[in-house]
Parts: sequence; structure tokens; C-alpha cells
Amino acid sequence: MNDPSLASIFINASLVNNFVLAYFLGICPFLGVSGRLSTATRMGGAVSFVMLISSLCAYAIHAVLDALGTPYLQLLAFVVVIASTVQLVEMLIRKFNPALFRALGIFLPLITTNCAILAVALFQTNRAYGLLQCLVFALGAGAGFTLALVLMAGIREKLELAELPDLAEGTAISLIVAGILSLAFMGFAGMST
Amino acid sequence: MAPSASDDFIKGLWRDNPVFVQVLGMCPVLAVSNSALNALTMGLATSFVLCLSSLLVASLRAFIPAEVRIACYVLIIASFVTVVDYLIQAISLELHAALGAFISLIVVNCLILARAEAFASRNTPLRALLDALGMGLGFTFALLCLGAVREILGMGSLFGIALFGEAFQPWVVMILPGGGFFTLAAWLLLITGLKRRRARPQGA
Repeated sequence: MNDPSLASIFINASLVNNFVLAYFLGICPFLGVSGRLSTATRMGGAVSFVMLISSLCAYAIHAVLDALGTPYLQLLAFVVVIASTVQLVEMLIRKFNPALFRALGIFLPLITTNCAILAVALFQTNRAYGLLQCLVFALGAGAGFTLALVLMAGIREKLELAELPDLAEGTAISLIVAGILSLAFMGFAGMST
Repeated sequence: MAPSASDDFIKGLWRDNPVFVQVLGMCPVLAVSNSALNALTMGLATSFVLCLSSLLVASLRAFIPAEVRIACYVLIIASFVTVVDYLIQAISLELHAALGAFISLIVVNCLILARAEAFASRNTPLRALLDALGMGLGFTFALLCLGAVREILGMGSLFGIALFGEAFQPWVVMILPGGGFFTLAAWLLLITGLKRRRARPQGA
């Protein structure tokens, strides 16, 4: 248990302890961007990408801060790194793929305040993962986030055609759907070792 | 209609309640509201950060360049969150372990950044502090509402004190993540319903 295998880290991060449905991380984009299936997929991709890069950076920062003996700077450093990573990703996408840049629009800068990304950095540090474990953990978390977002978007597209009680429209029905999804994901709990 | 100082304070409590009306800062609301004590701690910690960062942002608003303001706000917030993190660790290790990474995650609570950007950066320090106090109390109140319901139904206790006899069968689902979503949905339904009922006689 001290040194979990890479496969178990991936499954744990993506399904068993799904970031959105078990840890409630990244609820804002989960509720805000899940209206359409196409935007949900793109958002998931962008978030996973930023997660991967910031996880790498966080690993390096943790090593440096540990060497300097200044753990109290950790949070500040993580926040700055994530903000700059998002900025960097934004510039890269704009340069190499203008079409994708336009499609993502406002969602790109908003990734900065996505708590799932900071959480990846914090969790991997708390659990003292190695470099490869960090990468797999970030990949799993990204995959789980994308999966939850796409599932939710699919359900909400169908919900538009359903007749709802007046009161439940909007946030309330989304929360109820999320609750049912979360219960369904509880079924994966048996997979953790 | 110039808003008065008392209005700055009161609006966060109910009319513009950050959780029930503005639906901001959902992640900690759902994640740590599995018991009333966790919810209260989280609410107070967030209020503390909110008040101090609003005060500082409002005091420095003349010196912060518009282009890098978000980065400045985030740095200010992150510093105060680090303070709170060490404070809670000093007061109760047990509580610190229960809340886990969510204390550090106050940094990315959209509520704090939203108040800094929308209110503190354009108002005097005093008004910013009043606004932050109101919003913080409103946030704590909402967290307590959720935490109390989930703890009573899920564990049959409130603040760790058992309310029902041995025969009570706890609803385990309320402690699980799904229960958080359901409880918040129920509160939102209740509040929308109450608002509708109050609005109807005037509208007719």
C-alpha cells in the first residue's frame, strides 16, 4: 500500500475517487460548462492538459522548496505556477491552433480558478508520489474530470426535452442529476485495493 | 439609491447569500459539509480569509495595476490561506486532518476572488470589510444549514452529540458525496419555493 501501482493510481483517480463526483472538485465548470456535449469535451481536454503540466511543475517546485526548507511558500508557489501555466497554454494554443483557441474562448482563463488543478498539485505532494506516479495521477484525474463532464452534458442535453416542475429548473435539477451520478460512481468503490 | 453601510453587511446574509442565491464557492460547500463541526470550521476559515483579503485589496486598490490585478488578488488570498492553514493546524490537528486539502483550496474559492474583483476593488476599506463580513457570515450560515441536515440524517447527531436513541438507523447516503448534492438541491428548491410564495401575492 505504501507504493501503489501505476494502474491502481490511475483507476483510483479517474473512477473510484472521481475528482468531481467524490471529492467535489471543479464543481463550478462542472455545473457551468456542461450544457453542451461539444464544449464539455473540449473543456475536459483543456483541463486535463493544464493538470498534466502543472502537476509536473508542482513536482519540481516541491523538490526545490523542500531543499530550501520553506514549506510555507508551497501554496503561493503552486498558485503562481498554475496561473502562469494557464497563460502559457493559452498563448501556445493561440499560436498553433487558432480555431481551437476560438472554440475554447472564455473557458481557458477560467481554468486558473478550477480547484481540481490545485488539488492535483496538493494531493500528489501530500501523498509523496514519485515523478511517474504524479504523471499517471494527473492523467487519471483529468480523465475522470472529462468523463464526469461529458456524462453530465449528455444527460443535460436530454433533460432539455423533459418536462420539469417549475421549481426544479436550473441549478436544482443539475444538482440532483449530479447526486445520482455520484451514487452510481460509488459502485466503483469495490475496485480500490 | 446609495446603498448604506448596513446594507453592505446585510445583503450577504440572505438577499445575496453567496451559496443559495449566487451559487458561488460550491466545492467546499459540498465537500466539507458532512458534519456540522467541519462546516462551521470551514465557514469561519473562509470568512477570516475573505475579510482580511477584502480589507487589503480595498486598501491597496490605488496601487494595484489593472493588468495584473487578478494575480495580485490571488497572491494576497494565498498568503492569508497559508496563515489559516497553520492556525487550524495549531488549534486542532484532528480538525486539520478532517478538512485535509480543502483548507488550502480556499485559495481557489471563487467567492473570495469574486468579492475582491466585484466589490473590494472599487470601495473603501470599511465598506469592503462590512461586505466581506456579511458574505462570510452568509457563507457560514449556508454551510451550517447543509452540515446540520447531513449530520442529523447521516449520523443521528449534531456537533457530535447523539440526538436519537439506539434505534435510529442512520441514512448513510447523506454522509456520502451523493448526499451533499441532494441536500443542496433540496435547500435550493425550498428557498426558490419560499421566494415564489412571497412574490405571488404582490404580483397578482
